[in-house]
This record gives sequence, C-alpha cells and structure tokens, in this order.
Amino acid sequence: MKHFFTILSHELRMLLVSASTYIAAVMFLGLMGFIFTGILEKYSTAPQDLSPTIVFFQLFWIPVIFMVPLLTMKCLAEERRLGTIETLLTTPVTTAEVVLGKYAAAYLLYVSFWSSTYGFFYILRRFAGDQHLLDPGPIVGGYVFIAVSGLLFIAIGVLASSLSRNQAVAGIVSFGLLFALIIGGRYLADAAWIDSESLGPLKAAVDYGQVLQHYEDFTRGVVDIRELLFYATGAALALIFSILSVEVKILHS
Amino acid sequence: MKSEETPPAAEAPAIEVSHLVKTYAGVTAVNDINFRVPRGEILGFLGPNGAGKSTTMRILTGYLPATSGHVRICGIPVADEADAAKRKLGYMPENNPLPEDMRVSEYLYFRGRLKEVPRRKLGPRIDEVLELCDLKRVRHKIIGQLSKGFRQRVGIAEAVLAEPPVIIMDEPTIGLDPHQILIVRDLIASLRGRMTVVISSHILPEIEVTCDRVLIINQGRVVAQGAPADLRREILGRSSYEIEIAGNLGSLPLVLGTIDPTLRIADEGKPGADGFRRIQLATERDDELGEALLRALVGQGLRVRALSRAQPTLEDVFLAATRRSWDAVAPPAPAAGFPHRP
Repeated sequence: MKHFFTILSHELRMLLVSASTYIAAVMFLGLMGFIFTGILEKYSTAPQDLSPTIVFFQLFWIPVIFMVPLLTMKCLAEERRLGTIETLLTTPVTTAEVVLGKYAAAYLLYVSFWSSTYGFFYILRRFAGDQHLLDPGPIVGGYVFIAVSGLLFIAIGVLASSLSRNQAVAGIVSFGLLFALIIGGRYLADAAWIDSESLGPLKAAVDYGQVLQHYEDFTRGVVDIRELLFYATGAALALIFSILSVEVKILHS
Repeated sequence: MKSEETPPAAEAPAIEVSHLVKTYAGVTAVNDINFRVPRGEILGFLGPNGAGKSTTMRILTGYLPATSGHVRICGIPVADEADAAKRKLGYMPENNPLPEDMRVSEYLYFRGRLKEVPRRKLGPRIDEVLELCDLKRVRHKIIGQLSKGFRQRVGIAEAVLAEPPVIIMDEPTIGLDPHQILIVRDLIASLRGRMTVVISSHILPEIEVTCDRVLIINQGRVVAQGAPADLRREILGRSSYEIEIAGNLGSLPLVLGTIDPTLRIADEGKPGADGFRRIQLATERDDELGEALLRALVGQGLRVRALSRAQPTLEDVFLAATRRSWDAVAPPAPAAGFPHRP
C-alpha cells in the first residue's frame, strides 16, 4: 500500500482542479438548500410529527443517485479510454492500490459535500433562535448514516466505472444499480408475491438490505452492527469486483 | 523466489526473452520469440502492423502476461517478480497516452512519486529531464493543450524520469514532423551506453540511424536480427550497380564476365530518344567494382553516361525479410499476427 497515498492525493488534486466537481457541488448544495427551505416553510405553517432533520435526511437518496455517478463515473473509465491505465500499471503500483486510491478520493469528496450541508443547520440555529427544531440526535445519526452508507454507494460507482470505458455507460450503470438498491429494494419488500412461504430466504435478504429502513434506525439512534456490516462488506465486495474487472479487462485487451 | 538459476543482476543482459508465446482467444500474436539485449544497446523493433511488436513490448513491461516462455529484465523474471522488474523499466506505450488535464511538471512529479524517486531528488531530476527533452518552456502548460511533438517529448521525459536501466518505447516518432523526428532521434541517441533502449517503429531510416541492432518480426516470429549493415548483406546478399549506356550492347555480357564471373544483367531498360538505356547489374561481390566496370565499358567503345552503386536500404531488407517469412508461414495461419483489440 506504499502508493495508496500518492494516488489518493493525486486523485483529490485532480478532482479539486476540475470544473465538474464545482458544478456538481453547486448543484448539490442548491438542491439540498431548496429541499431544506421547503421543509422549513412547511413546518412554519403547520406542526408536524417528525423532526425536520429526519425529513431532510430522508431525501438523501435523491442527491445520492445523481451525485455518486457524477463523482465516480470518470475514475476508471477515463483511464481506460485514454490508455493511461497502461502507463499507470507499468509502474510498481498494484491494481488494488489504484482502485482503492480512486475510491478513497471519491469517498472523501462525497463526505465533504455532505458535511457542507451542516451549514444549513448552523444558519438555522444562529438565526431562528428556536432550538426545538434542531434535535442533535437525528443530525448526528443522519450524518453517521451518510458516512457509512456512502462507503457502499461510492464503491458501487467505482465498480460501474470499471465495467466500461465509456463514462456515460458507467454513469448510467451506477445510476441503475443505486436506484435498484435504494428504491427497488423498498418496492420488492412491499410486493405481495414475496410474502409466500417458499421465498422465505429471499424475503429475509430483501428485508436485510433495506437502505431506507437502515436510515430510520440510524436517526433513531439505533446503530446496529449488522447494518454497519452490510455496508462494509458490500463496499469490500464491490471493490474486489472492481479490481478483478480492471485486471480481467487488461487480459482481454 | 527462483534465484538459483538467475545470474547476478550486474552481469545479466538487460533483456532476455526465451520462447515467448502469446495467444489471444486462439490467435497466436507472438510465436516463440527469443532474443537478448545486452546493456547499453539500442534495439530497433521492426515489423508490419499487427506483427506482434506492441504485444511483445507489453509482455516485456509486465502489463500483459505471456501464455508461455520467460522474460527477464536485468535478470529479474517479469512474471514472478513483477514489482522488482517494473522498477527497472521506463515505458512509453503506443500512441503515448497522457492525462489531458494536468500540467507537465505536475504530471512528471506524480509519475516520479509512483516510480519511487525519493522526494528530495525528484525536483532536480524533473528539471534535468525537462532540460534534456527541451520542455522547459511548457513546464507549466496543461498537457491537453500541447502539440503532438511536445506530448511525445513529455512521454519520453516520463520514460527516462526514474533513470531506469531499460527503456521501452512503442513508436516514439509516430505522427511527428521531420524536424521533431530529428530531435527525438538525438534524444534517444543521447541515451546510448547509459540505458538500454528498445524502440519499435515502421519508419525504417529512423531505426537505421538510431539503432545498434535491428530485430524484424512478422506474424509473431523473429524473421531477421542483427546490425543494419549485416542484415543488408545477409538478406539481400549482394550489391548492385546501375549504368546508363549507349552503343552496341551485344558484347556486354561477355565484357561483364571478364570483370567478375558473377556479374550479370539484372534488368534492362528501353533505349531513350538519345539511345541511352538504363541497365541494372547484380553481383555477388561485396567490394567496389565501379572503376573496373567503367574502364572495361569505355574500352569496348560503349558510351557511358552514369554509373552508380545502389545501396540497399533497410527498407529493402525489411521488405525482403517480411516477404520471405510471409511466404514461409502464410498458408497455415491466415489470421495469425493480428491480435484482437476491442
């Protein structure tokens, strides 16, 4: 892992000098600000059951399915399209170091985007003078959930990027995978046919992989080790497949 | 590791390839290639498109695994100790891929770190290679905005950056104008003796000027190797003369026989309006026959207007060698030598 930090710092640098990062950041913060304002307006007219923080983080999947493909689609697809993967892998660097370095850079950027939304809560606290809307529990739970689930989401984006040399294809694949994981899982759990006796194990698996359910647990302060494990192993699996995918594509190039 | 058969690194040849075979999905791209490159030599790799040049080079760098056979770089087996072998190598792939959105100096710094050049030495070393490749003016420019000639030199700068003992360049002069080719050629020549260089090309004069030794491959096989001059003699085997002559040519074969028994008419042109015709003569002799030829012809009352000794170029050697091997291996392998590239 000698070269991991070289690649990580290089990737971070490249992300920070590219215009697309800033466009993505502005759009992300614009969208989240819009959602946040909408929630506050709703709360100012009528009392609601849930804390506004919970409602805010509940919509995490909207930026996730757009942002993660944007951040990750370039990382391996572009290297292969330009052919720079060949110069990269003929230095004493392993494929694992390359993939992990790029993954870590995208993850850090993803987390830093999200952490900048803390500004919303800060402004509200500063100017509203009303503390009852800002329960610290759900805020901490929400951010912990974002950090933990991001491990898996970014890994899925990296995997999609390793599958194609075309950025657009990589982006759409990762969009599709994330959509299936977050929203598709929810629909599957609600479907009637899955309740039948013979599909018991499948039902259990689908219930285990309910991302939105995990979110609710986190904001309620329940940090279940099984859920942490779900994201950690999912991320590890996606990264192992990414590494294998890069190596296999070299063999068949 | 398997060190008992490995000669000590100091004496081992820079590159040692034995019985190298590479097949892609049933198609043989490289078929039992053997060669050695001593240290400090510049080796030219010649072959028609799809002959297996790039595939061989990629195997040398450890980027592609071989189907069978061994490759050693400075005595280190590439397949078993890939990392150690990669430390000995500088590589510039075909078409010289570079990241578009980095500055030249940033790129070299990043590559230097990956190649484990100590941070302390990297700054001065980057200045050195920028100077060597005449890139000082563009060091702060973004690579994507550079012209082809500069990009090519960035690729070469990158290959020599870590001062590896072996440098492999796949078509370093492709797409350059003659002036830039000259610069790149000088650059490669300046590495002679210090580093072992392998370059591939199908620009033949290029190879002839730069390289100490040439390896011609066709359809995945080595069809000829040696110094350019030796190859010329070996493959073409003789020298030839061209004369422009007028007069009664009936006695010409006899006259030629008196000069040298192997001298004969290879080709005879039609006489022009002024009676002069162009005749090509071939001989097995290597030494100069020009003077004797001229004296004998004039002595016979023939009018000689021009005499020149034709120097077969590497181009002729290349065509002869690849044609020869084509004839030899064409029937069993119609698709051989065209590696599948998606």
